Amino acid sequence: MLHIKCPYCGMRSQNEFAYGGDASVKRPELNKEISDSEWDNFVYLRKSLRGKHLEFWHHISGCRQWFKVQRDTATHEIFKTLKPNEDI
Amino acid sequence: MQKYSVFNLIKNAFTAHKNWEVAWKDPTPKSQYDVVIIGGGGHGLATAFYLAKEHKITNVAIIEKGWIGGGNVGRNTTIIRSNYMHDENALFSEFGMNLWRDMSQELNFNVMFSPRGIINLAHSDAQMNVYSRRGNSMRLNGIDAILLGREEVKKIIPMADFSENVRFPIFGGLMQPSAGTARHDAVAWGYARQADSMGVDIIQNCEVTGFDVVGGKIKGIRTSKGNIKTNKVGLCVAGSTSILAEKLNMTLPIETHLLQACVSEPIKPILPNVVTFGAGHFYCSQSDKGEMVMGGDLDGYNSYAQRGNLPTLQHVLTEGIAMFPFLSKLKMLRTWGGIMDMSMDGSPIIDKTHIEGLYLNCGWCYGGFKATPASGWTFAHTIAKDRVHELNSGYSLNRFHTGHLIDEKGLGTKTWIS
Repeated sequence: MLHIKCPYCGMRSQNEFAYGGDASVKRPELNKEISDSEWDNFVYLRKSLRGKHLEFWHHISGCRQWFKVQRDTATHEIFKTLKPNEDI
Repeated sequence: MQKYSVFNLIKNAFTAHKNWEVAWKDPTPKSQYDVVIIGGGGHGLATAFYLAKEHKITNVAIIEKGWIGGGNVGRNTTIIRSNYMHDENALFSEFGMNLWRDMSQELNFNVMFSPRGIINLAHSDAQMNVYSRRGNSMRLNGIDAILLGREEVKKIIPMADFSENVRFPIFGGLMQPSAGTARHDAVAWGYARQADSMGVDIIQNCEVTGFDVVGGKIKGIRTSKGNIKTNKVGLCVAGSTSILAEKLNMTLPIETHLLQACVSEPIKPILPNVVTFGAGHFYCSQSDKGEMVMGGDLDGYNSYAQRGNLPTLQHVLTEGIAMFPFLSKLKMLRTWGGIMDMSMDGSPIIDKTHIEGLYLNCGWCYGGFKATPASGWTFAHTIAKDRVHELNSGYSLNRFHTGHLIDEKGLGTKTWIS
């Protein structure tokens, strides 16, 4: 069982959260000419790192806020949690 | 190679079974191979076997970081089926079904293929419509499919919950009678033994640390047991694909996620088929030892841990009990996890890459085990001829660019919920 520290509510058990995927993926800017390969990169391609991974989680059964988690994908150690607009 | 037969069994009994040949050797790597397969799992071993058997390419090495069959081929729930709707998946899987039927004879190794049938349960009228559409698609592709009503399902699995006030009543199900199970370890060992006998070097406890790519062509690999020269490399490393892709500066439409399975204590025969729950994600069969073999959802976040987390297991078994209430009385014997190469459309990739001589076999999601023979056969063809076979032409890497996705479930790119 993971214990995740929601930046808004504090430490809670994994059961309250939903996963939101790789947080390092950047959506191409709006109203800009986008090439097919830029769009591919955003929609389909993932680094899928072994080790430190920055990812989105959603406190779906709590405050319902999205936030970022830095977690080790091999050991599940959680290093840091951040609000969505914060960077490591 | 010493044949496994009743005659040889009796003969070796006289020497207390001490003189059997080893099933495969433990060679030190040579400095050069025609083809190097990375990954000694089911798919890698099958690829080497078909390279030797179908294409007479025997100067082949299989490089395995751990031991052969220690990954997903030894961690799955052994289900074999071809109940797909899309042509690419249906034809590929049905080709595999034919290889499964002859596998024990072909490998001279009893893989205990047991075509006991699979039933996907339906819990609403809408789901019955979807299943009838899928069943018709299967039949058009020459695959057996039967749409069962509630009473017909009840005759086959009366122990399922057919009571009146359940949350997910059973409306019926889609059955593929020719689907089944096989003994997964035997598949790995059978392919390994035959590949070895035809001259393939199986090199275990050997980690790939890098690749030599010169002018867009693969020239060799670097390993913990020295450098190996080769012009053709096949990647068959399932959940570790992204790690090796990073060494090649490739980013793939794949994420690695953890999938758990478990078995109960053994009980007397009760479940004659493989059954899947239609209102969630749970599947169940009974092993020859009597254990209930069960699996379901991914753990739900990127993971290379090879071991799982309790909340997912609780969730999966809750679904199991909704389907088969008797499961609640059983004790769990073992649980384990494997790491899955989850592709962005739920279908695999067997293709060439932009690097000449580098071939990719990955993205198997939940369905790697049943694909073992067809994957090995088509991958061997792709490597030997340097072009894809008709059967794996749909499993291209650039379909994510061109939009020709094979989205069997139509769930999009959130691999952890598909």
